[in-house]
Amino acid sequence: MTTVIHGWGRYPRCNAEVFLPRSFRECMECVAAPGTLITRGLGRSYGDSAIAARVLASRFLDHFLGFDPPTGLLHCSAGVPLAEVLRVFVPRGWFLAVTPGTQFVTVGGAIASDVHGKNHHRDGTFCQHVQSLTLLTGNGTQLVASATENAELFYATCGGMGLTGIILSAVIQLKPIQSSDMIETTLKTSCLDALLEAFEESADSSYSVAWIDCLATGKNLGRSLLVLGEHAEDGGFRLQSGRNVAVPLEMPASPLNYTSVKLFNTLYYGKVRGARKPHRIPFETFFYPLDQISHWNRLYGRRGFVQYQAVLPKRGGSTVLKKMLQRISASGKASFLAVLKVFGAANKNHLSFPLEGYTLALDFKVEPEIFALLDELDQVVLDYGGRLYLAKDARMHEATFKACFPRWEEFEEVRAKYNAIGKFASNQSRRLGLQ
Amino acid sequence: MKKILIIGATSAIAEATARLWAAKNHRLYLLARNQERLQTIASDLQLRGAESVQYSLLEANDFGQHESAIDTAITLLDGIDIVLIAHGSLSDQKACEQDFNQTLKELNTNAISVISLLTHLANRFESQGQGTIAVIGSVAGDRGRQSNYVYGTAKGAVAIFLQGLRNRLHRSGVKVLTIKPGFVDTPMTAGFKKGLLWTTPETLAKRIYKAVEKDNAEIYVPFFWFFIMTAIRAIPTSLFNRTNI
Repeated sequence: MTTVIHGWGRYPRCNAEVFLPRSFRECMECVAAPGTLITRGLGRSYGDSAIAARVLASRFLDHFLGFDPPTGLLHCSAGVPLAEVLRVFVPRGWFLAVTPGTQFVTVGGAIASDVHGKNHHRDGTFCQHVQSLTLLTGNGTQLVASATENAELFYATCGGMGLTGIILSAVIQLKPIQSSDMIETTLKTSCLDALLEAFEESADSSYSVAWIDCLATGKNLGRSLLVLGEHAEDGGFRLQSGRNVAVPLEMPASPLNYTSVKLFNTLYYGKVRGARKPHRIPFETFFYPLDQISHWNRLYGRRGFVQYQAVLPKRGGSTVLKKMLQRISASGKASFLAVLKVFGAANKNHLSFPLEGYTLALDFKVEPEIFALLDELDQVVLDYGGRLYLAKDARMHEATFKACFPRWEEFEEVRAKYNAIGKFASNQSRRLGLQ
Repeated sequence: MKKILIIGATSAIAEATARLWAAKNHRLYLLARNQERLQTIASDLQLRGAESVQYSLLEANDFGQHESAIDTAITLLDGIDIVLIAHGSLSDQKACEQDFNQTLKELNTNAISVISLLTHLANRFESQGQGTIAVIGSVAGDRGRQSNYVYGTAKGAVAIFLQGLRNRLHRSGVKVLTIKPGFVDTPMTAGFKKGLLWTTPETLAKRIYKAVEKDNAEIYVPFFWFFIMTAIRAIPTSLFNRTNI
């Protein structure tokens, strides 16, 4: 069946033939057929990472395969959404060791993008809590990969954007919790330097994230709200009922423009009067605020939007971030959501995104002018030794990618060794010059 | 804790409903014909909280096996509170028009096999004097239309059979529920372009779960199909004949 598919940014879009295997055996039949394909989970990557002419959707490969209560090790098919893991295991006192900002990604997707959360500085990425995975390779073999078995394949698959094969299942380490609630504290910082200092002071916090008003200028440049979080030590286990607000239709013209965003940012920043005392909130509110608005991506209108997320090494620090924020502010192109986090050390995965430093995530409505702006930002990132996040990318150039990710050649070697070349490819991988 | 038999347990709608029952720690027995998928689903339901999950292979069109399959299930469940019949296939209407063997196969799968199972189940439920028999029908059974009348015939036949059964079993306190979905996004409908009227197995499952708890008879899911089908049934034949729906 051919249908139009796109990423979360709703840009770009393409026609795809979508396969919906119902078992691992049917996956093998898909791989055996001629042509390349890419696996697709819940389609939350923003660009064209899960877009190709032939797509294997993991929708029906969503089963729990085993759970070990004493250790919290969960074996599940790669199509299981993180939301389901939480729904079943939070009431039993378990949480994800690392979770991205949405629960609507699959375990396979979380591995393929090697997602990170608000606790990277302490706990690393999602794959650092994956004990092993089972991969279906290009010649139809199922291989188990881990740090101790087929290790190079493991490090290539973790963060490998589905390009090494089809992740069929994985064993992930859940973490025990005493309550489903979170204790959240919000600090207001008046400028970027103050924010970075506040991050340093809060290094012991389990979770931290800053929302930046990226339209503020001058002495207010980088004014932000820093949100810190801890798991509550008591209070029971509860799931929110999931009454969502939904954006029912794609907006023909987006209501988000410079003026509306500036107004929103001013009001949002102003809402927090001063340092907010710690208060208790449900975990869904702390970790997944946007999930409560279904289809929020439709607010960006017909042309969609691009997410831009980069990480900058710590040594450049404040200078580089200021440079980027000034450039964005000067462009008049508003980013509705601007988020800053602190990352800890990089891991061993070939194409993993985080490295020790600051990561800034922004989104922009798709307009012809923004591509030049993003190319400029790319140059700043490259000059300071940073890199971009593939799960968010929809427009990075091949040269930029290869400069940011010097291990790409090693990655291609592993792919060649395990029969992935000519079997697994996405529109993104082709754009970035991978085979 | 309820004892629930699910026939056609590997179907998307049945699986979604089974997951809701598993979360409530009910005892489940699954019948289907694909061993591999049945096994995967059974483990998954167990992990989701089912008190226990057992299963057995059954080919729906093997009518001779129905009675013993049902009796085994009831024995192993140690009783029965709910049965959900969810197996089926979507006929290739054009192929059926050219070849009666195709039509016969479709009628067997979607109507006769269901009626055979219901015959045995009805007697067991009647003698125990309680429980719910739930069957997945379709809005297609409300009126024959040129695009899928073989499928519609089967679903319509089952709906009428269930009306009679409901009437008969009323005095025994047994409830009979006919579920009529409209367009559902499942492997069976993978080849269709989806639109506004389409719903998911999960939405259906929530509705089935609730309807089984209450005292419903025939339900349209989602509810707007009640209005659509009322209108469709009301269209005079002369006008209807000119449509292509």
